[in-house]
Amino acid sequence: MPGARGPRYAGAVAWSCGRSPPLGAMTAIPEPLARLLHEVEGLDRFERQQLLLEFADEFREVPPEVAERPFPEENYVTRCESQAYVFARPNPDGTLKFYFAVENPQGVSAKSWAVIMDRTLSGQPLESVLAVPPDVIFRIYGNEISMGKGQGLMGMLDHVKMLAARTLRERRSEG
Amino acid sequence: MTNVASPIAERGYAHPEVLVDTQWVADHLNDPNVRIIESDEDPLLYASGHIPGAVEVDWVRDLNDPVRRDYIDKARFEELMSRIGVTPDMTVVFYGDKNNWWATYAFWVFQLFGHTNAKIMDGGRLKWEKEGRPLVREVPNYPRTRYVAKERDDSRIRAFRDQVLKHMEARKPLVDVRSPEEFRGERTHMPEYPQEGVLRGGHIPGAKNMPWARAVNPEDGTFRPAAELQQLYIEQLGLKPEDEIITYCRIGERSSHTWFVLTYLLGFPNVRNYDGSWTEWGNSVGLPIEKP
Repeated sequence: MPGARGPRYAGAVAWSCGRSPPLGAMTAIPEPLARLLHEVEGLDRFERQQLLLEFADEFREVPPEVAERPFPEENYVTRCESQAYVFARPNPDGTLKFYFAVENPQGVSAKSWAVIMDRTLSGQPLESVLAVPPDVIFRIYGNEISMGKGQGLMGMLDHVKMLAARTLRERRSEG
Repeated sequence: MTNVASPIAERGYAHPEVLVDTQWVADHLNDPNVRIIESDEDPLLYASGHIPGAVEVDWVRDLNDPVRRDYIDKARFEELMSRIGVTPDMTVVFYGDKNNWWATYAFWVFQLFGHTNAKIMDGGRLKWEKEGRPLVREVPNYPRTRYVAKERDDSRIRAFRDQVLKHMEARKPLVDVRSPEEFRGERTHMPEYPQEGVLRGGHIPGAKNMPWARAVNPEDGTFRPAAELQQLYIEQLGLKPEDEIITYCRIGERSSHTWFVLTYLLGFPNVRNYDGSWTEWGNSVGLPIEKP
């Protein structure tokens, strides 16, 4: 076919090595996420798409030692039509490692968002996870994302934050 | 209900020429008079892999006016067609995810501009993928064309709120293609989808409910044969081919699928799609609502 252009943005692997941005008002959110937001702001639509695809390609389903089908209902993200599940396991330092399942094989956006959240929120202070605002979805995926799709991805974020909040609450009640 | 698709020509459709099967598409990948167009809900799906040579038409970015709630105008449609390298004589073939839901939506918008050389690939992405056919990530870049479009004609296949109100008052058929829960007003959004800002639940008085996806085989995304569609729409809903019919859903996307089924597969000549749908009706002050 004439003039085909293929992927040319190799950012998903490289971005985490980038320099830190001036955080300013974003200091409350996890630094890896702030770095990603800083990076995507400079991308055009095609580059952004390639970056998100690279994340989606790296999606790995929740390992069986964490969860197996049928996945528990309490881990189901009710607002996401890609049939996503969110799981968390504690790290030795008190942070959480997040895991995801996306049952819709065509749920590419959900898979990319799962990888992004694992990379930027796993292992981060739980207070900073709770500080992530829902509009990061639109900053990463662009304003042209449909309301339904955006809300579905927000549902995944809300589930991550719910697990972080529950862990904090349990820890405080124990302490 | 059958779960295995028979050949399109054997299904008894009124206008079988609007459908092509996956093999037809595979045979026309390099046909200069055919442009394959993917329309999806997930904005990353096309980029993740598409039929070789297919271009993307995004329902938000390409088909909707960026400011007001409306479709693109003639100039924007001409620019879109020029950008994807389509001429007025060229055949466009739509396919996509979600049982061709967005493909039929794009097809419907193209008909507002009178691009009648248009077809749907039966089974959409699901069938293409299930058959193990190739998907590529290379984005084709076709030479720009000069496309002179007709003025957008909203009179034939599109319905507006006031027209729907008169239609309802005249007790003409309305088909609500949302889920039964939405129809009954128990929820104002699709199952598994988020709430999308509708103040009231229920349906337009007199509307009958037939969820859009009933017209499709869930196994492979193909359309059901005409006899099964007649059972759904004529026997169950009581529609008659000569009826003036308006379909609606939430924003007019799912109902464009039913509009396609009624118009082309069953051959009903007077079907319009109300794209304002429930997000307009359920938010409008003073409009009548029926709720059990």
